[in-house]
Amino acid sequence: MVANMDNEKQLKFRTRAIHVGNEADEQTGAVVRPLHVASTFVQKTPGEWGPYDYSRSGNPTRDSTETTVASLEQGSGALGFATGMAATHCVTMLLNAGDHVIAGTDIYGGTYRLLHKICNRAGIKVSLADSRTVTSVQDAIRPETKLIWIESPGNPLMSITDIKACAQVAKEHGVLLGVDNTFATPVLTQPLSLGADIVMHSATKYLGGHSDANGGMLVVNDDDLYDKLYFIHNSVGNCMSAWDSYLITRGIKTLELRVREQCRSAVQVSEYLQQHPKVKRVLYPGLASHPGFEVAKQQMHGGFGSMLSVEIDGDFETTKNVVSSTQLFQLAVSLGAVESLISQPASMSHASYDQKDRIANGIHDELIRLSVGLEHPDDLIADLDQALSRL
Amino acid sequence: MMEFENEEEHGDATRAVHSGESTHKALDSITDPIVLASTYTFKNSQSIIDYIEQREPREEYGRYGNPNEAVVERKLATLEGAEEAIVYSSGMAALVGLVMTKLNAGDEIVFFDECYHRSREFCAKHLARFGVVTRQVEACNYEAMGNAITENTRMLVSESPTNPHLSIVDLEKFAALGKEHGVETLIDATLATPYNLRPLSYGIDYVLHSATKYLGGHNDLLAGVIAGSESQLADVRNLRGIMGSINSAHNMYLLQRGLKTFTLRMEQHNVNGQAVAEFLESHPRITKVYYPGLPSHKYHEIAMQQMKGFGGLITFEVAGADWRETADIVDRVKVPRIAPSLGGVESLIEQPMIMSYFELAAEERKQFGIRDNMIRMSVGIEDACDIINDLDQALRG
Repeated sequence: MVANMDNEKQLKFRTRAIHVGNEADEQTGAVVRPLHVASTFVQKTPGEWGPYDYSRSGNPTRDSTETTVASLEQGSGALGFATGMAATHCVTMLLNAGDHVIAGTDIYGGTYRLLHKICNRAGIKVSLADSRTVTSVQDAIRPETKLIWIESPGNPLMSITDIKACAQVAKEHGVLLGVDNTFATPVLTQPLSLGADIVMHSATKYLGGHSDANGGMLVVNDDDLYDKLYFIHNSVGNCMSAWDSYLITRGIKTLELRVREQCRSAVQVSEYLQQHPKVKRVLYPGLASHPGFEVAKQQMHGGFGSMLSVEIDGDFETTKNVVSSTQLFQLAVSLGAVESLISQPASMSHASYDQKDRIANGIHDELIRLSVGLEHPDDLIADLDQALSRL
Repeated sequence: MMEFENEEEHGDATRAVHSGESTHKALDSITDPIVLASTYTFKNSQSIIDYIEQREPREEYGRYGNPNEAVVERKLATLEGAEEAIVYSSGMAALVGLVMTKLNAGDEIVFFDECYHRSREFCAKHLARFGVVTRQVEACNYEAMGNAITENTRMLVSESPTNPHLSIVDLEKFAALGKEHGVETLIDATLATPYNLRPLSYGIDYVLHSATKYLGGHNDLLAGVIAGSESQLADVRNLRGIMGSINSAHNMYLLQRGLKTFTLRMEQHNVNGQAVAEFLESHPRITKVYYPGLPSHKYHEIAMQQMKGFGGLITFEVAGADWRETADIVDRVKVPRIAPSLGGVESLIEQPMIMSYFELAAEERKQFGIRDNMIRMSVGIEDACDIINDLDQALRG
């Protein structure tokens, strides 16, 4: 399939993002591969399968996206899902009743909900551990622990987890390590190369990058594990649509440019916020004051992401007012796109946490989460400035 | 509908993302819905009358306008610093749309001779059938162009940079020539893009782009655009509605999406273009490199004055190579694909003698400055060192 990319491994990230999985079309020579919308594929004779049979089992356009993402994450194979949650759910389907999962405390609210309100019904036990210190993950391990699930940077507190250290603990205990790499993106961090077993992406975010496609991705570097996940993926059928695959593939071509630019802007925004009198705390791993700064420097290459959170001098209501009064930062859940977004996790992305867990995990009412987009950083800072001046 | 405001106060990157768009879209959606409808309903007969009497701005029928098209036209106009932009189904359709509006039988149009061969072909072969006279003078020879202007001349046309020689037109001189003779001027700035050059700010009347190239940027749509003043473009829009050379809503969405990363992509095309051009110039097998960012380029000085950067298009000539040896180099390249077109994220490469001028006699090719050992490359946004390593191995043979 990789016609002119025999030197794939030697190529740089950005070149692979454009070319791997996107070879010119064999039939027409088209420089951009056709969007294959077919639901089914005609067979030569009964029982004789071509490369594709039915789009749930495999689709050429989804294949392109999976091939590209596998290359960018240094994996051997990837699977495209309808959403990031569909991808995460597929991982939990590897487990059986009685198995135990350890999840980081600073994770997406939807993952928390899946583990505590869906997986628990199948007899799967869950405990949360503060993954910033690897010992707390180690201490949570039980004989029946089968999966450790972490995010770094975490959502919404931007906590940094040492992926390599977690991978060592997981290996010692024969436990799978899954990393939600949505915030870091493969541009900055490639968890498989740090010893993780599974990488998950909400491809809706940076990979797609334009707020116009929903998708999820799992990437692994182990053929047996890939086969197990593929079996679930194909059986459950929560696959990425060909249309969304096309838009995500198109987005990935500018992924590195976007992420690097967004990281540069986020540094400026974080520095501006840090000196603002109405801001109590800026949570951004690129600030030397961030407790995870040293690990982040090791683990994230050339940037610290474009997600940051701030605690302002205010309460639930005044925080609501601030997030409602920005112009360029639009009030919406989701992140990682060309458009900057603002949200109040307590009422939005993490509303599905039980209140006690939310408070215990530091998701306060006055916390604001920012996704820094591609707009000019001066414009973004001016926008935040006028919103904060209302306090 | 509230539109994104205070545009002039915002940076290019911000305008690329937000300009032309409503700040609050249908159903609170963060992106515009793709409106596929071919026609639009009216509540009642009175609302048709209100529309005809221009009391209610709205859509009527797909050939006259579409909401996704309107967003893209506003965004392109802002990026270009124009009052108005009109989108077409291709760059050629945009050129045809303009000249068919502005020229009548007996009128004359003057071209600088380095230009896209299909533009020339349309005017010389097809407009001629309607009694329009096409004249052609040497590129960047303002005296020759002045001499070619008669009382029937209606339009002066050039590309800048030109294709494939990357010659740069002095836009002040070009605009002055038009003003002096009361003739309208058109610059095809496809190779420059509004990121690197704003022809209207020099007094040029119309700027044209094949939006298929850098504006779309992903080699997955065809589009053209003409930008200029509202008063000069009113009849052009009207004729487009009659001729029907519109684009599709799907394409307009992809173009809008492509424009969101426009400034980022152009920055990278500029950086990569310069790096590859410098590499080629220093290579012993290359005798000549056409790239306005090189001090050796004939028009380097005016390029430096007018342009912010020089994009990804580079033409070069291989020392002592015949057409076959040149083709072998092109065939050995692995990262860029062999294809016509330019301006996409993927690098493309071609030999103009084969790709565009194969059927011409050697004499004619010589007349257009197309040499057998010439290679044209559209440098994409890949890592520049991958492209340079690849060219290096291809030139080694």
